Amino acid sequence: MLKRLSLALVLCVAGLGAAAAQQAGGPEQHLDDPALERRAVELHKELRCLVCQNQSIAESNADLARDLRVLVRERLAAGDSDQEVRDFMVARYGDWVLLAPPVKRDTWLLWFGPALVLLLAAAGVVLWYRRRAGAAPPAPLSEDERRRLAHLLKAED
Amino acid sequence: MVAEIGHFALVLAFLVALVQGTLPLIGAARGDERLIALARPAASAGFLAIATAFGALTWLYVVSDFSVLNVVNNSHSAKPMLYKIAGVWGNHEGSLVLWVLILALFGLAVAWLGSNLPAAFRARVLAVQALIAVGFLAFSLFTSNPFERVAPAPPDGRGLNPLLQDPGLAFHPPFLYLGYVGFSIAFSFAIAALIEGRVEPAWARWVRPWTLAAWCFLTLGIALGSWWAYYELGWGGWWFWDPVENASFMPWLAGTALLHSAIVVEKRETLKSWTVLLAILTFSLSLLGTFLVRSGVLTSVHAFASDPARGVFILAFLTIVVAGSLTLYAVRAPGLAGGGLFRPVSREGALVLNNLLLATACATVLLGTLYPLFLDAVSGAKISVGPPYFNTTFGALIAPVLAAAAIGPLLPWKRGDLGAALQRLTAALAAVAVSVLAIYAYVDRAPWLALAFIGLGVWLIAGAAVEWAERVKLFRAAPAESWRRAAGLPRAAWGMTLAHAGAGVLVLGVVASSTWEIEKLQTMRPGDAVDIGPYRMRFEGAGPVPGPNYAAIEGRFRVQRNGVEVTVLRPESRTYTDPPMQTTEAAIRPRFGGDLYAVIGEPTGAGAWATRLYFKPLVHWIWGGALLMVLGGAISLSDRRHRLGVPARRRQAGLAPAAAE
Amino acid sequence: MSDSEAPASTRTTAPARTGWRARLAVAVAPLALFAVIGGFLFQGLYLKPQEIPSVLIGRPVPGFALPALPGRPPGLSSSDLTGEVSLVNVFASWCIACRYEHPLLMRLKEQGVVTVHGLNYKDTPEAALGWLERFGDPYVGVGDDRKGRVGIDWGVYGVPETFLVDAQGMIRCKQIGPITERDLAERLLPAIEAVRAGRPVKC
Repeated sequence: MLKRLSLALVLCVAGLGAAAAQQAGGPEQHLDDPALERRAVELHKELRCLVCQNQSIAESNADLARDLRVLVRERLAAGDSDQEVRDFMVARYGDWVLLAPPVKRDTWLLWFGPALVLLLAAAGVVLWYRRRAGAAPPAPLSEDERRRLAHLLKAED
Repeated sequence: MVAEIGHFALVLAFLVALVQGTLPLIGAARGDERLIALARPAASAGFLAIATAFGALTWLYVVSDFSVLNVVNNSHSAKPMLYKIAGVWGNHEGSLVLWVLILALFGLAVAWLGSNLPAAFRARVLAVQALIAVGFLAFSLFTSNPFERVAPAPPDGRGLNPLLQDPGLAFHPPFLYLGYVGFSIAFSFAIAALIEGRVEPAWARWVRPWTLAAWCFLTLGIALGSWWAYYELGWGGWWFWDPVENASFMPWLAGTALLHSAIVVEKRETLKSWTVLLAILTFSLSLLGTFLVRSGVLTSVHAFASDPARGVFILAFLTIVVAGSLTLYAVRAPGLAGGGLFRPVSREGALVLNNLLLATACATVLLGTLYPLFLDAVSGAKISVGPPYFNTTFGALIAPVLAAAAIGPLLPWKRGDLGAALQRLTAALAAVAVSVLAIYAYVDRAPWLALAFIGLGVWLIAGAAVEWAERVKLFRAAPAESWRRAAGLPRAAWGMTLAHAGAGVLVLGVVASSTWEIEKLQTMRPGDAVDIGPYRMRFEGAGPVPGPNYAAIEGRFRVQRNGVEVTVLRPESRTYTDPPMQTTEAAIRPRFGGDLYAVIGEPTGAGAWATRLYFKPLVHWIWGGALLMVLGGAISLSDRRHRLGVPARRRQAGLAPAAAE
Repeated sequence: MSDSEAPASTRTTAPARTGWRARLAVAVAPLALFAVIGGFLFQGLYLKPQEIPSVLIGRPVPGFALPALPGRPPGLSSSDLTGEVSLVNVFASWCIACRYEHPLLMRLKEQGVVTVHGLNYKDTPEAALGWLERFGDPYVGVGDDRKGRVGIDWGVYGVPETFLVDAQGMIRCKQIGPITERDLAERLLPAIEAVRAGRPVKC
């Protein structure tokens, strides 16, 4: 388990092996417009690094992650809206590239599931409360039990 | 030779577990005292056997015996001794042995420290422990033998991964295992009770200390793993909702719910059926986690193939244990009639709410973790369920839990008055208002969501303080009286106060570091300076520094605040050769108010370097809060009433005011 | 323990009896839920979660025009991919796994089975040319995708990957990872045949 995890991290950190050695193309330039750059960073956090185990492209050292970060900046600089950038990525890599799953028929159960579970559970609790409050009081004491109770009460005095 | 001894010990443990898992059960069913009495010595023998196996494996690693395949794959002669030992459990086969060791350890503890338990019940508990061990030992012996030899023995091992040579990563598995394997005791107690067909009022009192111990370890293990990610992974993230993390978080959520519902069973003899189910589910989630992490079912790395055969074995075992216990539950649970009645607004009611929300949160994490698998199986579509999903859903569910946690302890049993309780919490409400307004007024950017959770964190801490103050009659009686009361408070009360306050501290740390983190990514030349909040970091340059088995580039940052030098940060970028790998070692300096965090990246030509500089406010409160929670749990655990079966004592103490535990 | 302490549970009250069906349903629910989850987990063992199927299947090839490697014409552009069924193989000199499938690609060329084009992904021309010289050149056209942008348009996320393109320039199949003998025999060759015959293809 740990071995697999660490190997996965190796891939992310080293960036697909020898690709790190091929690091061409200089530093990753940030956008001059701070508002645009902030949008870029937010989008980076939403897009999945496709070659890592559960990281966004904001967090990954992998080569492809870097390329995608640059691409997001280019699209934003070209005037795309946030949604257009997302659509751009999804058109190439599918829904899988979004870390927040889109809300479509396929994912209704996912997005509405928790609320559904909560409602069902709460309903169960309410029903349980009702049933217990409505339970008939314990059957009245039988003759024999009443005698025993009186005997005990007397003994306590 | 040692490997053969280890292997033999493993087989012996398997056989002992088989005996321990069957004869005492038969004995308890028949009332046969000799068979019942077999449980305790069997538990001891089983523990000795598995300890021998574990010891043998550890020895093989310590002496670097490369004729054993497991050692070859996971160790290296050049590894520091500490990490050679950690390598024992840093792999699939070895960690299984650790799993069974801890299982046997807990069983041994119940055998020898559980003298307050009726003999037949204890025998059943030990038998169930043993049956679980049988499954894991079979898995180990038949598919994942750690003592397999390799011939000819290679000159050295292959396991020199630098990422594993780190205290946080190397040592958090034992704590995690102590945690979610520890929940096996609650499970065994539940099964034993179901077999007997009744849940005695004392059952909850017996189960609580074991559950509490497991919970403390699990909290510690998760906190350690999170802290490791923070300082090692280079950008200061500490929780990713990764399936492997979720696999440990789900038992934690269920275990927390279990801790709280067991209180109700103990005090009021109701919620029995639910608590038993919860005990079964918590351990089932531990087993599910083991399956998820080892079967390759949830992996997203490009190049790894997984071994379905191993996965099938674990799944079969998981099915037998979970389906078997749930079937037993289905049969016996309807017969577990309830006792005390209570109104929805009462302490029991608050605990029911706690359970409702925690259980839903746990189900949500399960849904999100398994959904990609579900969708893939049904339609072949691939989606990702990442932090955005979990943060939204989990955050929404945990908020009411945090709110209720301050109110619940102030409600009496059976029937309470919400208005009166809130009135007693006026001081806490005031604290919340003051802190939220202060932040709103003085901090630039204060999103309402952040303010809400700040409020919840302060609410928790202040609420715990108010509850404690009420118990010791702070400011309402003479200081000497308060002191006397405080000294006489049951430890469980201290534990609760600390644990709840710790949760509040954790929440504050999470909110502050997520919302107000300052992150600056840029290229810097020597002499460049960047302002991060109140600090100014000046880059002085980067150059190579030698290391024992790596070559590193070290950057130097001089940090100033108001013109006064505060510290020098020296982050490193390390390149290892065997295996070839690059890691970043961030430089972290905790300051009052937050952490300074610096990372040196790639050289970008012309003497400039890519750098990542952060200021993370209150981030240490996350692990501080977790430690407080563990401390609270440990103090609660040390309460003598847990260690002795004390029904007699309680009957006398029953005349004490209702507010006392 | 005296009688008066006998717990209420020894008295069965009427609602407890008639509610047994509901209680049984509640008690069985966790088991039923586990059965569902278990079923999916079992299925999950045989899925490949790390393989992302292409969303471009059934869509036309993205428009692109890549220069050739210096001294080795021709390059590769989208217009080259109409007129016949072809394979587009994403490769790089730094990709170790590419060497495993390379002999099969050479065989495809020698036997004239299908036209193979190459997409040289994030490579340097010298290294790529040297690699082709050393291991053989099975490609008709090779596009020099230095920055990997065209690869991203194709949805490439690792190397090697291979696409099956039909005569109309539509992407029909994607192979993730190196092509093995088994992949060739069981998936690719039947797929090529099916596409040529105009039959629907399931990849």
